[in-house]
Amino acid sequence: MPAIDLDRIAELARIELTPDSAAAFRADLERVLALVDRLQAVDTTGVAPMSHPLDLPQRLREDAVTEPDQRDALLALAPAAENGLYLVPKVIE
Amino acid sequence: MSAERLLTSSLRELAAALSEGRTRAEALADAALERAQSLQERLNAFITLTSEAARAAARAADERRRGGNVSLLSGIPLAHKDLFCTRGVRTTAASRMLAEFVPPYDAFVVERLAQAGAVSIGKTNLDEFAMGSANEHSHFGPCRNPWDTSRIAGGSSGGSAAAVAAGIVPVATGTDTGGSVRQPAAMCGVTGIKPSYGRVSRYGIIAYASSLDQAGVIARSAEDCALALTAIEGFDPRDSTSLDRPAEDHAAALAATDGRLDGLRLGLPREFFAVEGLDADVRRAVEAAARTYESLGARLVDVSLPRAELAIPAYYVIAPAEASSNLARYDGVRYGYRAPDYADLDDMYRKTRAQGFGDEVKRRILVGTYVLSHGYYDAYYLQAQKLRRLIAEDYRQAFDSCDLILAPTAPTTAWRLGEKDQDPVQEYLQDIYTIGANLAGLPALSHPCGFDAAGLPIGCQLIGPYLAETRLLLAAHAFQEKTDWHRQLPPL
Repeated sequence: MPAIDLDRIAELARIELTPDSAAAFRADLERVLALVDRLQAVDTTGVAPMSHPLDLPQRLREDAVTEPDQRDALLALAPAAENGLYLVPKVIE
Repeated sequence: MSAERLLTSSLRELAAALSEGRTRAEALADAALERAQSLQERLNAFITLTSEAARAAARAADERRRGGNVSLLSGIPLAHKDLFCTRGVRTTAASRMLAEFVPPYDAFVVERLAQAGAVSIGKTNLDEFAMGSANEHSHFGPCRNPWDTSRIAGGSSGGSAAAVAAGIVPVATGTDTGGSVRQPAAMCGVTGIKPSYGRVSRYGIIAYASSLDQAGVIARSAEDCALALTAIEGFDPRDSTSLDRPAEDHAAALAATDGRLDGLRLGLPREFFAVEGLDADVRRAVEAAARTYESLGARLVDVSLPRAELAIPAYYVIAPAEASSNLARYDGVRYGYRAPDYADLDDMYRKTRAQGFGDEVKRRILVGTYVLSHGYYDAYYLQAQKLRRLIAEDYRQAFDSCDLILAPTAPTTAWRLGEKDQDPVQEYLQDIYTIGANLAGLPALSHPCGFDAAGLPIGCQLIGPYLAETRLLLAAHAFQEKTDWHRQLPPL
């Protein structure tokens, strides 16, 4: 098993890790990956991946509006919203 | 009969008491709320109790009854796992991230049970985002087992199982991604069913691992599970994986049988009984249950699930991978928690997620991110999906020589709080018997079948072929007609 680049994984997952918690997460991840590494030993040549229990095609529906307008109710859930818009920290200088 | 006494009655007995005017929905709701409140400090089974809404719904049910036709569930108190969205009632997923989240809509399951007239008294405790097998990973503290409050209730639907076991409500909803209905049902000595994938709409259930998540019910008997399950089945266009099939009247099938199981072939997977770590008391009780089934006319057959042990590694790749994708939505922008202090947008994301998620959720997101990342995708994620097909194929082949599979629900009874929380792998290994049904999308249930030397309940699991819910419930019902394990009450 290759060494885990925990900083990169945490960056991809957008989770800040403190130096203390990073050590504990690294140890946990190593244990979990040691468990799941047992998969590598199985010969799966010619086996199609199963992404889902139902081998069904996605349903299609009429291209019509079915949802009621709940803009105000949904925006009310946001930590910060104004004038019908979600507020986030400045992205473009 | 007092309303409180009625709470340990069957749903049919409760419905009869209501229709004969021996009690009222409001009295039942009051009794359930009172019992929930009096046990809250000891069990922590609830995250939110909705006293006012429950009384209003109960009064409305009483009103409708005076008007005539009502369904069997009308006026019955119940509780929802706090993973089901409830309009106007906070829905937390036991996470700080959603501690203040009040959904603007009801989950399909919540909607259907409300339409049937059932009265929700509140939202039950769970492992954060349904990730766990103990109900210890909750922002609101662990749920405790009614049989021994120093022990876990099981997870992730621990609060629902504990609430039913403690006689607070006769039925509660749960979700099962890797055993989260069946395992806590086993730990708390109650009956729980996870239907086939697609049977019950996932609309309004906070997502964990979407190709595995399925709603289910926990109750005191297979018959009560049958009644509640029928109410939540059926097609829902709002869930793209909902099966286009009408609900089946499982309880009618149960009422029509003579309690015999002649000719039913019960397969005992030899690999399951050879698992290292299968507790001797659990093995004895499950083998005794198999003999009871034999005395009812069933035939025991030896079957093989050769890749049974690989279900754990396959699951602990697939479920975290799907979780890391599903939980990407918690970014502090549209709803949920946002960190108070941050430097810029990216820092806001990272701090919001660091502060909003608990450790087990972070672990699974990190594992999922790792197995999906460049260079590891084929080795882990794709390989796990191939294993998933082989495991599903093993079940299909086993069902060539049996009608149902019989197994333990979990290798041990409830462990002590804190006993396994140092090493996540120790907790993951407890899922060996339950996750196969999720990977293959099969229906499965757990019913009580005895107690260990410490007096803790033991669960017997039945797994069926796709859409065989009625067959599962018929078998468990026949077992419960002949035994009284499911009638035992915890010493609270």
